[in-house]
Amino acid sequence: MRDVVVVGASAAGLAAAETLRREGFDGRLTLIGDEPGPPYDRPPLSKQLLAGDWEPERLRLRSDEELAALDARLIHGVRAVGLEPRRRRIRLSDRDEPLGYDGLVIATGVIARRLPFGHELAGVHVLRTLTDALALRDDLREARRVVVIGAGLLGAEAAAVARTMGRDVTLVDPVAQPMHHQFGPEIGAAVARMHLDHGVSLRMLTSVTGLAGMGGRVTGVHLTDGTTAPADVVLVAIGARPATAWLDGSGLSLTDGVDCDQTCRAGESIVAAGDVASWLDHQTGRRLRVEHRSNATEQGMAAARTLLGATLPFRPIPYFWSEQFGVRIQAYGTWTAEARMRIADGTPGQDRFTATYEYDGRVVGVLGWNAPREVRGLRKLLE
Amino acid sequence: MKILLDEEKCVGAGQCVLAADDVFDQRDSDGIAVLLDENPGEERLGAVETAAQLCPAQAIRIEKG
Repeated sequence: MRDVVVVGASAAGLAAAETLRREGFDGRLTLIGDEPGPPYDRPPLSKQLLAGDWEPERLRLRSDEELAALDARLIHGVRAVGLEPRRRRIRLSDRDEPLGYDGLVIATGVIARRLPFGHELAGVHVLRTLTDALALRDDLREARRVVVIGAGLLGAEAAAVARTMGRDVTLVDPVAQPMHHQFGPEIGAAVARMHLDHGVSLRMLTSVTGLAGMGGRVTGVHLTDGTTAPADVVLVAIGARPATAWLDGSGLSLTDGVDCDQTCRAGESIVAAGDVASWLDHQTGRRLRVEHRSNATEQGMAAARTLLGATLPFRPIPYFWSEQFGVRIQAYGTWTAEARMRIADGTPGQDRFTATYEYDGRVVGVLGWNAPREVRGLRKLLE
Repeated sequence: MKILLDEEKCVGAGQCVLAADDVFDQRDSDGIAVLLDENPGEERLGAVETAAQLCPAQAIRIEKG
């Protein structure tokens, strides 16, 4: 293998590229990203960057010197638009001639989901890229009333930032509690209480039927209870879908992002990693796809090793965290709504507690609320 | 090698402790990482590099040599 192309220049793509070099790959390495600048870190987009505490420079994943040391060709602002696996080449948005490879890493991430209406109005935002975050931040400076649609991790964090900036904030979601999907009803209730205590208006069990606008700018959000929540700024945080449109017709299996085997392999000399990639869990046989920061790095490293000939199954203990109103929630593992939550120490609603999630007689997840050392201790239950 | 830790970036994930518990620890109060050894021997380079790579906040930098 003399020529590896990595499509996607964010955390997963970068981790794959660095791992290839660390493990001795000395051939040609090309890293292609569709965003304009050098690789940056996304978790601060809904935290310090949105709050104005950090500037974009602080989000850079690597300095110019570190990128130079990678000895890779970096192509920014260019999209991959097609893959021809039999001819081992990809097509790019900025040139007619295809780019050949003999090893390919797919790390194109996800794209923010949008509502079927309203995005033409000024003041309506999604939050996925640095460009998105800076536009939202600019708009929040002038805003009085903010509606966040979607009370998952991203929406809850952005609502907390906007509220901390002193804006009137309404958080809307059809689920019963914020972060209900991630944490279940009891801990979701603790998240709800925290938002209420800080003055966020919660409109749970409520969906959006339309956006109101005047003069091309959003003025409110129509809700299923017949009311309209007034808004100068709306953030649509309703999840994301894998960026796989460029792979349509390639022959790769795309049932949940790019479908990989247990080793992150997606096809002949093709691996995938990060938010875009699902893999077969060696233990349960279930297909998993994890949209969290730590997984991007770990899967990028694993995918690179597979490309270099390793045959080890990818067996991460997924980790994610959230920060809202100064509270840090951390979790390890993967679990579904059927898992049973048990408090390990403390009580939800207090400023510090830990919990475990059990399914089928074993611990599948652990969670800490302002309890970082404790949750790292509980992680052993998942090994 | 010299290890540089950006406490402001650190999110208290503890991945560094899992990778190299002779070099990193976490504060009791908030989980922010602390260095037990700022200049570990070269034989720890692999573990420290793993810690830096796995850090979800990219708060660890290594100056080699």
